[in-house]
Amino acid sequence: MHRRVGWIRDNGGVTTTRPVIGVLALQGGVAEHLAALERGGAVPRPVRRPEELAGVHGLVLPGGESTTMTRLLDGFELFEPVRRRLAAGMPAYGSCAGMVLLGSRVLDDHRGRGGADSATPAVGVRPLAALDVVVRRNAFGRQADSFEADLDVEGIDGGPVHAVFIRAPLVEKVGSDVQVLATVEPVGQGPAEPGGREPHRPDPDGAPAEASVGTIVAVRQGPVLATAFHPELVGGDERVHRQFVQMVRAC
Amino acid sequence: MTTGPTPANNTARGAVTGTDGVKRGMAEMLKGGVIMDVVTPQQAAIAEEAGAVAVMALERVPADIRSQGGVARMSDPDMIERIVESVSIPVMAKARIGHFVEAQVLQSVGVDYIDESEVLTPADEANHIDKWPFTVPFVCGATNLGEALRRISEGAAMIRSKGEAGTGNVVEATRHMRRIRAEMRQLSVLESDELYAAAKEHRVPVELVREVAETGKLPVVLFTAGGIATPADAAMMRRLGAEGVFVGSGIFKSGDPARRAEAIVKATTFYDDPDVVAKVSRGLGEAMVGINVEDLPEGQHYAQRGW
Repeated sequence: MHRRVGWIRDNGGVTTTRPVIGVLALQGGVAEHLAALERGGAVPRPVRRPEELAGVHGLVLPGGESTTMTRLLDGFELFEPVRRRLAAGMPAYGSCAGMVLLGSRVLDDHRGRGGADSATPAVGVRPLAALDVVVRRNAFGRQADSFEADLDVEGIDGGPVHAVFIRAPLVEKVGSDVQVLATVEPVGQGPAEPGGREPHRPDPDGAPAEASVGTIVAVRQGPVLATAFHPELVGGDERVHRQFVQMVRAC
Repeated sequence: MTTGPTPANNTARGAVTGTDGVKRGMAEMLKGGVIMDVVTPQQAAIAEEAGAVAVMALERVPADIRSQGGVARMSDPDMIERIVESVSIPVMAKARIGHFVEAQVLQSVGVDYIDESEVLTPADEANHIDKWPFTVPFVCGATNLGEALRRISEGAAMIRSKGEAGTGNVVEATRHMRRIRAEMRQLSVLESDELYAAAKEHRVPVELVREVAETGKLPVVLFTAGGIATPADAAMMRRLGAEGVFVGSGIFKSGDPARRAEAIVKATTFYDDPDVVAKVSRGLGEAMVGINVEDLPEGQHYAQRGW
């Protein structure tokens, strides 16, 4: 348990508590996560320094550029403190680049470096290894391929989530403890079956995954949640953030 | 448009590309970051390694465009493609104001963002590009709120202050940032029935004026550009309300580009912490020489291009 500060009570409330949830504020879509967390029942705090990290019950890693965030995590001696908190069980939620950083291995989808099937580790990004997954960066293509779609997400009630994918990554392989929460359909197949994909794909040799399985876009492993899309960009729907606040409360 | 392999079907579950959401959302992901002008794949790699959130692929940086003169146009698609292939961060490229075919070419080459830029020689003296039909998003320059909102009404998904590119002198960027912010503050205190006259004064649709009056901010991300040469310049621009910075000639026209690039990235993130800005400002070597804006010859004020 890493609760370094007390839970903050609602105004006059005696039953509900609002956990303090940090948003890694080095670069990217920080403000949107802070706002969504506030609406989702948390006390949001930007985190740029180790002492700010120490005061939060959970951490959101926002979308942005994973190489930039890696550089700044390293440059401001935040990488190790974040990694240690995650290893000790701090709840975390990563969207897009945040998902990339939470992964265990990161591959590039990069024409100059081998393309979609390459097993080349992504340059310039150091993953925090909080999720037992292999993530591929920019897996859907360039900005012209960025898209919006409605997506059923396991554990999120009340209909599909409107998902905004921006130069999005995808999860290519998951470990046995990782729950798949949402998929988008691969080329030439039927409608997506959220959560219906066999989540266990052991990968002892680290070989690249089959092209046909590269469509996982939301996962959870214990207290760690990750989405390839950006629920924080969709105003008025903070169900994913509410879910994460619940996860932090339950921890 | 896809130049790389696409493992998933983007038409899945009613999926749509080129929406306002993905165009403006892309800019949201660049916030707090530094976008650097580069002219070679090697410079692009240095920028990425230093922590740039994107690079602007150019044949000549603005300082060289100024000194060499002549008509400045879109870069060679071959050169842009080599830069696209050399980094994993987004690549932007510039089209001339109003030159919609250059923009179509850039979209076809696969750039992630198009800068309809006053740094290049304008191709149309009355009309900017109609940016709505494009799948790829646009960033445009603005010196004041009306100009910013006119660009947004034409489909720009991101705005930057114009500054005076290629001078290494931040004074114009300061003027534009302060003016845009002041004009937004002025709107926020107007009565609802006063917004029509304000819209007329700014020469923009009343809906956009109303949105700014209600939210106190532009409906798209606001960066700054033009003359930023030091970590302190970048930090000041963020204090003045810029959500991120473009650095053009300031990096690769300086003595130690890699160190300066990284220092500007760090100062942009910790813009409100003078101790960090002081620390990263040490020992960076020579900054770009710079030009005083009042010494520029007539017709060489880039900020006056665009309408």
